[in-house]
Order: sequence, then C-alpha cells, then structure tokens
Amino acid sequence: MKKNLILMAMLCALVVVPLLMNPSAEFSGSDGQAESLITQVAPNYKPWIEPLIEPASGEIESLLFTLQGSLGAAVIFYILGFYHGRRRTDADHR
Amino acid sequence: MSLKFNTKRMALMAWVGAIAMSPLNANAMHIMEGFLPPTWALTWWALFIPFVIMSVRNLKQIVTDDANKKVLLALCGAFIFVLSALKLPSVTGSCSHPTGVGLAVILFGFMVVPVLGGIALLFQALLLAHGGISTLGANGMSMAVIGPMIGYFVWVAANRLNLRKDIAVFLVAFVADISTYAVTSLQLGAAFPDPEFGVMASMSKFMGIFLFTQLPIAIAEGLLTVLIYEQLTKRSLISFQERVLR
Repeated sequence: MKKNLILMAMLCALVVVPLLMNPSAEFSGSDGQAESLITQVAPNYKPWIEPLIEPASGEIESLLFTLQGSLGAAVIFYILGFYHGRRRTDADHR
Repeated sequence: MSLKFNTKRMALMAWVGAIAMSPLNANAMHIMEGFLPPTWALTWWALFIPFVIMSVRNLKQIVTDDANKKVLLALCGAFIFVLSALKLPSVTGSCSHPTGVGLAVILFGFMVVPVLGGIALLFQALLLAHGGISTLGANGMSMAVIGPMIGYFVWVAANRLNLRKDIAVFLVAFVADISTYAVTSLQLGAAFPDPEFGVMASMSKFMGIFLFTQLPIAIAEGLLTVLIYEQLTKRSLISFQERVLR
C-alpha cells in the first residue's frame, strides 16, 4: 500500500514538474509542430493524403480522447474489481 | 547540492531556450497522416501486415489453450488504450503520450501486441486524426512490433539476471516506450534525409528531439505499469509460474 502511494506520488511529480519548470511553454500536444520539423528538413514535401475525419474542434478532440481513456479504464477496473470480489468470496468459502 | 541543481536547471533552460528559438519543437508522437512518402508508407505497411496476421493466430492460440486468458488480454488491450490517450507534459515544454505496451509484453510476449496496439492506433487514426491510415504501418511497426520486441528482450534478460520483479516490469515498459519513439525517429529520418548531411544526420536530429521529450513520459509509463502489475499479482491474476516462465 505504501509502495503504491510512493509510486503515485512519483507519477504526480513527473506530471507537475515539467509544468513548473516551463511556466511559459505552450505544451501544445500536436502534430503541427512535428510538421514544421519535416517542412524544415524537406521544404517541398506535401502531405499526399489528409485525415478522413478531423475532430471539429479542440473540445471535440478532448471528448474523444476522454472517451478513449474512460472506455479503457472501465474495462481495467471492471476486471480488477471482479477479481477482487472473487478472491474475497473464495476466502470466505475456504 | 544546490549548486548541482542550479547547473542542471541552467542546462535545461538553455536547452529549452534553444528549442523555443528553433522551429524544431516536435512532439514525440505517432507519424501524422500523409507525412510519410507513399513508398515508405507502403513499405512499412508491407512489413506490418505479416505481424498482424501472426498476432491474430497467436491470440487465437492463447484463447483456445485457456479461455480464461481472454480477461487478461482485454485488460492488456484496455491498458494500451488508456495510456495512449494520456498526453502528458514533458520537460521540453511539449506533450507526448505513453504507449502502454509493456504490460502485454510481460504477460503474453510481444506477439500479441500487433493486434492490441493496432486497435488503439486505428481508433486514433480514424476518429482523432492522430497518426493516420497511411502511416499506420510505420506506427504499428514502431509501437506494436519493434518497441515490444525490444521490451521482451529486456524482460527475458531481467529474469535471467533475477532482478526484482517490479524493477524488471519498470524496465520493460520504459525501454519499450523509448524504443518506440527511437524507431519513429529512424523512420522519419530515413524518409526525410537532411539535404546537406544525409540520412544519419536527419535521424539523429529527430532522435534528439523525440527522445528527450519522451524520457519523463517513459518513466511515467514504467511506474504506471508497475502499479497495475502489482494489482494483478495481488488478485492472483498472474500466477507464479507465468511470472517465472515469461
């Protein structure tokens, strides 16, 4: 239990420290910046195909990302909970 | 102590400053739609497809051998799904996300990942315009084949060396994450050689940017994988035998 707490504290620190270190940074998460890297190395390169569907806005994008995360989390915690319960029942019957 | 901290901080600030001034501030993420020339996109697809086919067979085999394994497979897939949705801030002032493949590698070996990781990549390519269909072959090779493969070697080596289980788990997840983005840099470098200094220069350029951003993220991924691994052990979802054998 204690170990879990330490691990979680380390995780939080890993997320917070970068934010404190670069207060003025953009933290933009996106592909636009990788694009500029490529355009610098290969100025004449044109992407030859566009994404089929692009999220209508940043909000919609974060909606979909949240959906992705919560669907996965639902599965993980369902399974963890299921086995937690089963182990307890097993222990009771023994 | 404080002196050490200061030099470190200054070096970092210099680095961040250098990055801010150049337009080279890329995010360590999957290669975007259309950003590999058709030849390269096709080549990576051609390499990725056999792995997907083998992976499907491997998954079928696992499930026929022991139907109970479905649960763990679903969990591994879900873990990849969650982690690739977590865009975390990095010391470079940009964001990137973990891959989450370490857990699957530890529990089932690397041959289940082409399908499990492929699902996450497909979801993001189709709905989120993150990554892309044309670049799915390349991204699949880096995140779902080569990264996991290297992670698996680390797992085997760590077990031979009798490392503590949690440290071994951490190392697998960390190395798989870092190598995924190392491969991404190689892929981009090969497709976009530096006009003056050629392929190698371009590769190291991409690598320098990608890996530095990815470093704290890979550490976070390692810690998260240890967390979930311990929960699984606690619930006897991973039997002792498996832990020794794999």
